[in-house]
Amino acid sequence: MVSYVIRRLLQAALVMLVVAFVSFSLFRFAGDPVNNMVGQEATQEDRRELRERLGLNDPFPVQFGRFVVDALQGEFGISYRLQRPVEDLIAERMPATLELVLVSAVLALITGIPLGVYCGIHRDSWVSRALLTVSLIGVSLPTFVIGILLIYLFSVQMLVLPSFGRGEVVQIGWWSTGFLTFSGWQALILPSITLSLFQLTLIMRLVRSEMLEVMRTDYIKFARARGLSNRAINFGHALKNTLVPVITIVGLNIGSLIAFSIITETVFNWPGMGLLFIKAVQFADVPIMAAYLTMVAFVFVSINLLVDLLYYAIDPRLKVDRGTAAGRLS
Amino acid sequence: MAVDVEPRRAAASDRPKAPSSALGRLLDSDLWWSFTRSPVTVTAAVVTLAYLLAALFAPLVTPQNPFDPASLVYADAFTPPAWTEDGMARYLLGTDDQGRDILSTLVYGARISLLVGFAAVLFSAVLGISLGILSGYVGGFVETLIMRTADIQLTVPGILIALMIDGVVRVQVGGEMDEKLAIMVLVVAIGISDWPKYARVTRGATLVERNKEYVQAARVIGIHPFLIMLRHILPNVMGPVLVIATIGLALAIISEATLSFLGVGMPPTTPSLGTLIRIGNNFLFSGEWWITFFPCLALVGLALSVNLLGDWLRDALNPKLR
Amino acid sequence: MRHVAYALGLATAVAFAGGASAKTLNWASQGDALTMDPHAQNEGPTSTMNSQVYDSLILRDSKLAKIPGLAVSWKPVEPSVWEFKLREGVKFHEGQPFNADDVVFSFQRALSETSDFKNYVNSIETVDKVDDYTVRITTKGPNPILPDQISSIRIMDKEWSEQHGVQAPQNYKEKEETHAVRNANGTGPFILAKRDPDIETRMTVNEAWWGWGVSDPKTNVSEIVYRPIANPATRVAALLSGELDFVLDPPLQDLARIKATPGLKVEQVNQIRTIFFGVDTGVDKLRHTEVAGGNPFKNPKVREAMYRAIDIDTIRKKTMRGMSFPAGIITSPGVHGYTEALDERLGYDVDAAKKLLAEAGYPNGFKVQLDCPNDRYNNDEAICQATVGMLAKIGIEVSLNARSKSIHFKSLQNKESDFYMLGWGVPTLDSHYVFSYLAASKGSWNFTGFADARLDELTTLMETETDSAKRDAMIKEAWDILKASNVYLPLHHQVIAWGMKDGLTLPIVPNDSPQFRTAQWK
Repeated sequence: MVSYVIRRLLQAALVMLVVAFVSFSLFRFAGDPVNNMVGQEATQEDRRELRERLGLNDPFPVQFGRFVVDALQGEFGISYRLQRPVEDLIAERMPATLELVLVSAVLALITGIPLGVYCGIHRDSWVSRALLTVSLIGVSLPTFVIGILLIYLFSVQMLVLPSFGRGEVVQIGWWSTGFLTFSGWQALILPSITLSLFQLTLIMRLVRSEMLEVMRTDYIKFARARGLSNRAINFGHALKNTLVPVITIVGLNIGSLIAFSIITETVFNWPGMGLLFIKAVQFADVPIMAAYLTMVAFVFVSINLLVDLLYYAIDPRLKVDRGTAAGRLS
Repeated sequence: MAVDVEPRRAAASDRPKAPSSALGRLLDSDLWWSFTRSPVTVTAAVVTLAYLLAALFAPLVTPQNPFDPASLVYADAFTPPAWTEDGMARYLLGTDDQGRDILSTLVYGARISLLVGFAAVLFSAVLGISLGILSGYVGGFVETLIMRTADIQLTVPGILIALMIDGVVRVQVGGEMDEKLAIMVLVVAIGISDWPKYARVTRGATLVERNKEYVQAARVIGIHPFLIMLRHILPNVMGPVLVIATIGLALAIISEATLSFLGVGMPPTTPSLGTLIRIGNNFLFSGEWWITFFPCLALVGLALSVNLLGDWLRDALNPKLR
Repeated sequence: MRHVAYALGLATAVAFAGGASAKTLNWASQGDALTMDPHAQNEGPTSTMNSQVYDSLILRDSKLAKIPGLAVSWKPVEPSVWEFKLREGVKFHEGQPFNADDVVFSFQRALSETSDFKNYVNSIETVDKVDDYTVRITTKGPNPILPDQISSIRIMDKEWSEQHGVQAPQNYKEKEETHAVRNANGTGPFILAKRDPDIETRMTVNEAWWGWGVSDPKTNVSEIVYRPIANPATRVAALLSGELDFVLDPPLQDLARIKATPGLKVEQVNQIRTIFFGVDTGVDKLRHTEVAGGNPFKNPKVREAMYRAIDIDTIRKKTMRGMSFPAGIITSPGVHGYTEALDERLGYDVDAAKKLLAEAGYPNGFKVQLDCPNDRYNNDEAICQATVGMLAKIGIEVSLNARSKSIHFKSLQNKESDFYMLGWGVPTLDSHYVFSYLAASKGSWNFTGFADARLDELTTLMETETDSAKRDAMIKEAWDILKASNVYLPLHHQVIAWGMKDGLTLPIVPNDSPQFRTAQWK
């Protein structure tokens, strides 16, 4: 047990080191950092001096070591575009993104699971066929099209919901929350629906196929033979058995929700990390890109680690191949 | 992304005999039968084929080349579709803000979408299959390295990787890219995220084949075992690869549109469907709905058809779920 | 410092958490101010933001006429000495008293190396304190337009600046970060409460402003909240749905829709801003493309051909929806020195253009890159795209490089462009401003390589010429020289349109800089 945990922790650390290396290379080699900092008039002397001051003349491993140490302390330098410490910018925008992601994940779960269960049980009914087709359309509709559509319907035509921003936020320490105001909740509605739709269809389809698999097992057949009610079988036995993989996926998909929030945030002018990142890409603002990459990777690795350890805790037999689980879920 | 890869691998490698050719397998009566029985699938296939042909013969089927600025009639900008009051017969679906014929732009835009989509799929398939065979055949450290990388990469959403790559290139060229570079960057950026799926499937099949006698025999007659394996493994993994590729194609098309919509894909002078939607989005409230409506429709139509095909392929090749 | 900002944020957020009060004014535009340092960037949106918080000695009313600001009166006491009587009893937002020391300090600051406002004040020799409320400005020669120029110089507190180490303006080009970039301490009608660049800027009304009842009636707006919304569709949607009270730059195509929406209105005025293209005639070879025979822009026939190939009337009709006036020179009606005769354009004539191009030795055209902003002027990118098509018709193959204004302007200032779009407003309302920035060989925004000894001479002479007839003749001569050169291909004068709620009164200003001190809610 202990050795397994240690091995996984080491693996996670290794992955983070690799990501840090990619970020660092981005930082160091994508465009000359000195050129990005000084104006055209800077003399050769100025440049040399800055180069020395930034430690760009040190040997490569030394520079990388310094980058890792800084990153561990949460320091990623100054944004080229906004001229502020990157960690401050990210800290300010993180609450917006995390609240959006949280609401979307909950939304996807509480609608996706019941729909999936329904489709799994009534696999041949026209409702579940229709649901499946609609879900396929959902997968084929790019996030931004959904967002535009919702804005057009609810903000412009019906004038009932806000189309941009977070509404009024309340500051609790360094965390800014939209959960405590009415306008904050209103502002959440459209973006969270937009962001959750893809995950919703995914969860629905997954629950359905898991249900189909489980329903075929001997275990369920025996339950039926014992004369248990359909209700008890469906929810007491079948659903319970499908939930573990579903929860796993949702956990793993928090990462992709964060990534897809880039698009949602752009459409709804949501002041989160995604909007910050997409601007950084457009403006070639490397420090923000590097920090965002490292941070999102950290979230992914942590979630993966957590899921692995939980799996291990629940069922030691599963320790063999976690890769398989990730594969089916992606 | 909702691709259920694992069961298929099992299904594919369970099949005892290797069919004579990929095409033969495709037209295998089982598959053909299920195809003809599903009107939705047939429709999807016809629609996809129509897109393909239109894109392939774009200069022949369109009245205008929207990418050639000299051929545009700027004075005709914002012409509504032909059937409306102010419409002009020359422009069936109207024109955009630069006087580009929407219909022509759709066809050329779909051409870019499909080009990027196919190239990205090809890129990831070649990369994934090679790495899959390599890791299955060599084993050991190489295998661990490749498959662990695959695991990690699969947890990172493709759109993020694509944005990263795009961002790096943008840093290097310092701003806007021309259309050739933009297409290449899109292909790599989108294609890179899908290789682990192919790698897993081929690695599994390679593990099965590695110790078979013909591989040993090939060594004896002096052919590199890698080539032999390629020939024998490819047919075995054709089914799952086809499914991954089809669904990957739909995803790639959506990814390209998304990147272009975000303003980091195709430039507005050579618009893809996503760029068109971004441009048209600005005219949604002023009544010029056709500039954004038709590209949306074309994009969803294309992605949906390809998705439907992929869905059907997956079910057809995975009898367990039927 | 961060914690202070958070605490402030908390205070304002809690205070207004009860829902938008009718007295709050929510507004948006496409791009945020670049900095809150009042002397670091001479750029429209930046000055707009700063002018809410900082006062100048002389203010402008909504018709752009000069009115007393921190100076109650001013007069020339000698040909090259102006005397300003300062307003007494004024306090900065953080409580420091305003006096002559602050004025002297602020002018020195505006004159320092990293200031972007040097061209407004470079005629100044010295600024001297006579007593606590009297200041004398000595110019290098007689300068009749000094009051016009210094209406753009905003006054900071000396103590505050020293306390926070911001005696010199932020070095914007070198991406410096100082206390003054996100904090402000002015004497103006609004107090900066929260500055979150790119997300939100909150300003609360300065109840103690000296100007209430003096220069303007007291506003009943208690707070102005600004959020940049880059996407035009989102911006207009937010106005239509009532989330915003005021949009500075509604897309031109949506004006009809806004007008037709009950509860919303559109205010319109001709702007003092002209949009044009510039070509670099100074370099021997183009930077971005290979053209046989060197830089084609050196040939005046090429420039004229490009000019004649631009169908500005169709741009006006289609892209601008009628909201522009084709221009013949690069300054607008309302600026001293503008005449209708000067504003005549060369006719649109594709055949003549082709012929000119052939005579110049480019019968098959050439390739060139056009650099454009995509978030600065009305429909800037669309105009550039249309130009790509029009120039293609005479054989010039243009690749369009559209980027955000912050990249665009920086790249122009680093002299990295062959062919670019620029717009120019004139805060001083005098042609000299245009020549000194755009036409003089040392002009800091002259990226055309244009250098004309006579024009340079005229530009210097008109700084000190007090005989208005003579000076007008100089301006006319300078315009004739610049116009004949065609190094700038004029496009049009912009028309400003603001979208706002019916209940809001906010007089429109021809410099596109809203004066929120004049805003009133019904």
